[in-house]
Amino acid sequence: MSDLQTGHDGSSSVKVRARNIYKVFGDEPERALKMAVAGEAKSDILAATGCTIGVDNASFEILSGEIFVIMGLSGSGKSTLLRLLNRLIEPTSGSIEIGGQDITRMSRRDLITLRRREMSMVFQSFALLPNRSVLDNVAFGLEVSGMAEGQRKDKAMAALEAVGLTPYAHSRPDELSGGMKQRVGLARALATEPGILLMDEAFSALDPLIRTEMQDELIRLQAESSRTVVFVSHDLDEAMRIGDRICIMQHGRIVQIGTPDEIVSKPANDYVRSFFRNVDVSQVFKARDIARKSRLTIIERHGVSAASALRQMERSGHDFAVLVGRDGRYHGMISQDLLVEKLRGQAADPYREAFLPEHHPIPAAEPLSNILGRVAESRWPLPVVEEDGRYIGSISKSSLLETLDRAG
Amino acid sequence: MKLDFSIGQGADIVVNYILDNFTPALDAIAATIGFVANGVQDLLVAIPSLAGIVILTLLSLWRVGWKFAVFALLALALVEHMGLWRAMMQTLALVLSATLIAVVLGIPLGIAMARSQRVAGLVRPVLDLMQTMPAFVYLIPAAMFFGLGVVPGTIATVIFAMPPMVRLTNLGIRQVHPEYVEAGLAFGCTPWQLLFKVQLPNAMASIMAGVNQTIMLSLSMVVIASMIGAGGLGNHVLTGIQRLDVGAGFEGGLAVVVLAVILDRITQSLGKGGSGLFRRLSLRSAAASPAGKSAGG
Repeated sequence: MSDLQTGHDGSSSVKVRARNIYKVFGDEPERALKMAVAGEAKSDILAATGCTIGVDNASFEILSGEIFVIMGLSGSGKSTLLRLLNRLIEPTSGSIEIGGQDITRMSRRDLITLRRREMSMVFQSFALLPNRSVLDNVAFGLEVSGMAEGQRKDKAMAALEAVGLTPYAHSRPDELSGGMKQRVGLARALATEPGILLMDEAFSALDPLIRTEMQDELIRLQAESSRTVVFVSHDLDEAMRIGDRICIMQHGRIVQIGTPDEIVSKPANDYVRSFFRNVDVSQVFKARDIARKSRLTIIERHGVSAASALRQMERSGHDFAVLVGRDGRYHGMISQDLLVEKLRGQAADPYREAFLPEHHPIPAAEPLSNILGRVAESRWPLPVVEEDGRYIGSISKSSLLETLDRAG
Repeated sequence: MKLDFSIGQGADIVVNYILDNFTPALDAIAATIGFVANGVQDLLVAIPSLAGIVILTLLSLWRVGWKFAVFALLALALVEHMGLWRAMMQTLALVLSATLIAVVLGIPLGIAMARSQRVAGLVRPVLDLMQTMPAFVYLIPAAMFFGLGVVPGTIATVIFAMPPMVRLTNLGIRQVHPEYVEAGLAFGCTPWQLLFKVQLPNAMASIMAGVNQTIMLSLSMVVIASMIGAGGLGNHVLTGIQRLDVGAGFEGGLAVVVLAVILDRITQSLGKGGSGLFRRLSLRSAAASPAGKSAGG
């Protein structure tokens, strides 16, 4: 499965490493597991043993400090996979290492310690205990781990402050709105200062406006102190918005793991593709994602005269070329017509004067939605440059249309 | 081959065997139950009727509301007027001690049922038996084991009234929202912490409904229990039946109804966290003290 893992440099450390995990639901897990390992179809396994395969040979690594989104339709096994990570559901086989320890072999006692110290969870329908005040809900994890009352209330108060709900400390959960409840759920999960935050469709029950607000809140909290977040979602927009990497599940199997860009630009199969039928790709893609290097680039240096550049263009059949420095920086774009004209006119610096006027490069991080108009209006492809001025490629009308069409 | 055995004879043999071999155990049970039942009875009977009326009226005002408190006051005054106060206190004592025993035995049993499918499978038919077996059937062995008086009366009442306590505790714990249980586990609860911090608090409404049902069923055993000497209002009804004294029977019956209505309304309110005047007052004082004890626990 390692071929599914892409992106990210090797410098970040691995927080969670799952290898070949299976979860079989039913009375004959041993037999069903053997069949599943042998690669038999789920329907055959169900017919023979009455067991269903919840998670089918999942292997992945979650890096320290990243937001790892597990995505799939309902019944794809994404919530099951999440619960295997803190053993709310026991894996049938495979290993899950957290901080180098295999949690599948842990004793009950060690598991409880791990849950108290290392990980906490946020739930879809909040799961705030109705018999406790907001503050006591937030302090729950600390209370369970045996922290003294004064100390845990201080910590809970600080967590409430982080989500902006201090005035509601003594309210009951049922007095709060949905968005506020989930802020309390988030505060409860943060109060124990966990290394790993498990979030199960945490924002799915909220209306769209509040959902976006909560996503921003999570990203803000993440910027303040970076935790490892495992986030289950069925919403690709959400996954794209908050995820550093996305893991897509289908029928209990991981079909693709990658950065949002990789998922959209290189979907592994039709199932993955089907997710972004309704996604606005112009929001997802940045200019750098569709810039192509195939245009003729001419490195401006001594010995390459304007005349030889013109010959290169004629030979390669391009009516324009991009001029870059030796350091790869973008200098300008020249058209064949203009260059011919300037050469005839005996210009002092035919290159500079042949630069297409008003043809400014696009920053690489610009979302496509912001450049649609410029690309459409321009006769020439538009160059894309990185922040440091390096030329990375250009976008033509046709390549833009192709991208929009591919995802549509 | 004709099967030749008699269930009745078997039951006889079992009862006699217990009588012959377990007398010390039976005496110990009788002493414990007698201690509880007589203690509660002595306490309640010692309260002067006027004080008793005031206490029950205030309880009604606190837990239910002022309209019901007015009703309770009038109805209790009527019982006192009929001269049945002392008998009603004896009956209340029987009901409360039977309920106490049912709660002490029933809640742990209900918890055990909720945690283990096997225990649930074993206990359920026993509960069915306890609820459906006609009371007179176990009244006689109860009297044989424990003699006449309050003790066998309490035991017979417990047998009949305990099943809902067990069932509703079991049901209440099983019906706790699975996400609450997951939240408890995810934050590192031990099984005991899960029980006391998550499951029991959230099963409270159901458990209190069980207490309420147990009290109501205990009241329905009052007359039957008085046949083996449990005393109280049941005696008055029983005497009314035996002497064809419709008036005496009606008075006793009416007092049972008064007691039933008051106990029902008060215990029902316990599952809901109360209502009425006192609740509003206590809310106001909680709001006045910021970061007060209302948030504690």
